Amino acid sequence: MGVFKDAGHLFRFTGLFVLAFLAFLLIRGYVVPKTFGQYGHYRAAAIGEIAGRPVKFAGHKACEDCHTDIVDVKMKGKHAHVNCEACHGALAKHADDPTSMTPTKPDTAVLCARCHTASAAKPTGFPQVNPADHSNGVPCETCHNPHSPAIDGGGAK
Amino acid sequence: MNISRRRLLILLPAAAVAWESVLAGTPESSPNYKMSEHWWSMLIDIPKCIGCGNCVRACQIENDVPEGYFRTWVERYHVTDENMTSPDVMSPNGGKDGFPSVMEDHGKYFFVPKLCNHCADSPCTQVCPVGATFVSPDGVVLIDQKYCLGCAYCVQACPYGCRYIHPEKRVADKCTLCYHRITKGLTTACCEACPTGARQLADLKNPNDPIHAFLKTHSVQVLKPQMATGAKVYYNDLDGSVR
Repeated sequence: MGVFKDAGHLFRFTGLFVLAFLAFLLIRGYVVPKTFGQYGHYRAAAIGEIAGRPVKFAGHKACEDCHTDIVDVKMKGKHAHVNCEACHGALAKHADDPTSMTPTKPDTAVLCARCHTASAAKPTGFPQVNPADHSNGVPCETCHNPHSPAIDGGGAK
Repeated sequence: MNISRRRLLILLPAAAVAWESVLAGTPESSPNYKMSEHWWSMLIDIPKCIGCGNCVRACQIENDVPEGYFRTWVERYHVTDENMTSPDVMSPNGGKDGFPSVMEDHGKYFFVPKLCNHCADSPCTQVCPVGATFVSPDGVVLIDQKYCLGCAYCVQACPYGCRYIHPEKRVADKCTLCYHRITKGLTTACCEACPTGARQLADLKNPNDPIHAFLKTHSVQVLKPQMATGAKVYYNDLDGSVR
């Protein structure tokens, strides 16, 4: 043992160092989340958690599946590209189970005015009216069918 | 094979670490959704925006955004001929309740919807000290709210002011580009609710996406291009006065 004579303290120190390193690895293994670093410096599982959240707006396709009559009317009019939920609100619950909740009919006085109240700030090509002058308090749907609003376009009620 | 007690004591923890990494496996993902096949962005067509606030309301409903905080909001710009570089900007309640009507026609008005730009080289993800915010492999800037400390470094770092500290959760919060919707084949809540098509979700990796034809034929900008953030919210016909 010529060379290693009186080197016991070095071996003990090395052993201690190795043990400490293993302890570090062990603690790190428990503390660092399992998917951390899979795609980058973050927890990859978070992506799945965010993607798994429930949806509240069902999307236009869900409406088309059942309400074909209304979609057909809408597709012929000026509102063809306005999605159902833009006016009727978030209805994923209704799409999942139509009996669980039924949408309430929007108040056209508020709904139509939201987009169509005249303002110099709006793009000039966009149809705008001053509600008071235009209808004098008569509800919009008296003359316009909201699903196909042009009066001469077969959309009149 | 002869293993001494000492050897065993050394090997056991090492084996435990190895086993942990085996157990970790791969994270769950939507069955038909491949992150590598998408690179999400959004197109905002300024001349189409009427400032109705539908997007702001839809976002708050879809994402349970607390009252007074905004993941998306709409600004109204008023630029006068004499003062082209310092426009008068307003955004009452984020544009959620619309905007007051304007009768006089002095100067020009336009609306600018804003949201997280989902930057490819985002300053906000670079400053996070714990790796709680990141750009996902499909190009969406997300927050791991279980990991976030709420230090708000990212809130300061975002040059577009798109982040806030959630008043109840006390962690950073922001637009996720409705990640829970786009991974299911739906569009974002704001795009779903936009009545004029002023906002359109776009997938830059999809060769059939109409965004490619649009970008070829229109004058499109991003916000603060000088900051080289790699912003992916494209604005059509954006006025030079917008900051």
